[in-house]
Amino acid sequence: MSFEIDVLLRRGARRISGDFKAPAGITALFGPSGVGKTSVLEAVAGLLRPERGRIAVDGVVLYDSERGIDLPPEHRACGYVFQDNRLFPHLSVEANLNYGRRLAPAERRWISPDEVIEFLDIRHLLSRTPRTLSGGEAQRVAIGRALLGGPRFLLLDEPLASVDEARREEIMTVIERIRDELRLPILYVSHDREEVERLADQIIPMHAR
Amino acid sequence: MLPPMGLTAAEWEIVELSLRVSLLAIVLTLPFAFALAWVLARTRFPGKVLLDAVVHLPLVLPPVVTGWVLLLLFGANGPAGRLLADLFGIELMFRWTGAALAAAVMSLPLMVRAIRLSLEAVDRKLEGAARTLGAGPWRTFFEITLPLCYPGVVAAMVLGFARSIGEFGATITFVSNIPGETRTLPLAIYTALQLPGGEATVTRLALISVALSLGSLVLSEWLARRGARGKGAHVL
Repeated sequence: MSFEIDVLLRRGARRISGDFKAPAGITALFGPSGVGKTSVLEAVAGLLRPERGRIAVDGVVLYDSERGIDLPPEHRACGYVFQDNRLFPHLSVEANLNYGRRLAPAERRWISPDEVIEFLDIRHLLSRTPRTLSGGEAQRVAIGRALLGGPRFLLLDEPLASVDEARREEIMTVIERIRDELRLPILYVSHDREEVERLADQIIPMHAR
Repeated sequence: MLPPMGLTAAEWEIVELSLRVSLLAIVLTLPFAFALAWVLARTRFPGKVLLDAVVHLPLVLPPVVTGWVLLLLFGANGPAGRLLADLFGIELMFRWTGAALAAAVMSLPLMVRAIRLSLEAVDRKLEGAARTLGAGPWRTFFEITLPLCYPGVVAAMVLGFARSIGEFGATITFVSNIPGETRTLPLAIYTALQLPGGEATVTRLALISVALSLGSLVLSEWLARRGARGKGAHVL
C-alpha cells in the first residue's frame, strides 16, 4: 500500500475524517470544495496536526497518535505542489528549484536539475522571478521544485486550478509522465471529474459530514 | 567668525555624540524589538495584552517619567544599575551610554510596531512550503521569514534612529545635560536657546537635525527597495 491514512482532523469548527488505503499510482481525493481535501494533504505533509489517527506512506509511519509519532514536515520527504504554487517571491526560479535539492541527502537526489528542467520545459524561465510567471509556468516550476527535493511521494493540490485551458493538457501530460516514468506514489486533490477520471488509478470520494 | 553653515569643533562633537548615541541605541534595541515583535505577532498566551501595553508605555508616557523610571532602575542605587556595576563595571548614569539606553527605551515601541506589522504580512504558507522542502524551523526563519520582512526591519531601524536623534525628555532626566558626554543635538539646541546670541548655533544644529532625519529616510527607502528586489516595498 502506498498511502495508509486514517485520521480525524479539525479545521476551525469543521471536523474532517479521512480513511483510505491506496495502492501505487495516482490516488485522487475527489469531492466538492470545502469538504477538507486540502486538509488531508496538509496532514500527510505534516503542516496540519490531526486530532488523532495514523498516516503511513510506503510503510513508513509519518504520524501515529497512539504511538506518539509525529515527524516534522522537513523529515517526511514529501513533494507538495500547492494549489497556489507558493513559490518563494524573493528568490529566482532557479533558486526556487534548488531550494529543496540543496537540503536533500545525496541518496534521495534521484533526479538532476537538468532532467527536471528538460522534463518540464522551463529552461527559459530560470533567471526570472516568480511574480513574472504565468499560472502554467509557475505551476511547472512548483512541480519541478517538489521533484528536486527528492520526495518519496507527491501531494498535488488542484495543480490545474491556476492554469488556463490551453496549458492544462501540458500539465496533465507532465503528471502522467511522473506517474508512468518516475513511479512516485501520488495523492491528487481535485473537484474536476474529467481530470480525475483521466489521471487517477483510484478515486476516493469525499463528502461533507 | 564662522560662515553660517560652518560648524565649530564643539558643534561637530555634538553631532558625533548624537550619531554615536543613536547608533548604539538601535543596535541595542533591534534584537529585543525583533524578539518582542515575534512574540506579539506569532504567539498566544495569557497576559499578552499586558505585554503589548508595557512595550507601548514609552510611547504614551511623558518622556520625563520614562527618564525618572530609568533613574530609579539604572541609577547608582537602582537594582539594575547595581547589577550592571557589580557584574560588568558598567555605569550608565551621566554617561553617553545612559543616553543611548534612554533613546533605546524610547525607540522600542516604534521599532516593535514596524517589525510586528512586517512579520504579520509574511505569508506563513511560504514557511510551510519551505518546511515540506526539508528546511527546519531555523533555516526557514533565516531563508524565508527574515528576507520577506526585511523592509519592515529597515523601517524599524530608521524610525528608531530618528526617534533617538530627537530624544530629549528621558535623556535629560536620566543622564542630565553634560557637554561632550550627554549633550546630544536636541539638548544642545535647548541649551543654546537659553544663551544670549545663541541663534546662529541653534540654526546650524537645527539644519543638521533636518539633514540627518531626511538622510536616514532616503537611505532606508533605498535599502528597502534594493532588498525587496522589485517587490515594490516601501518604508515611507
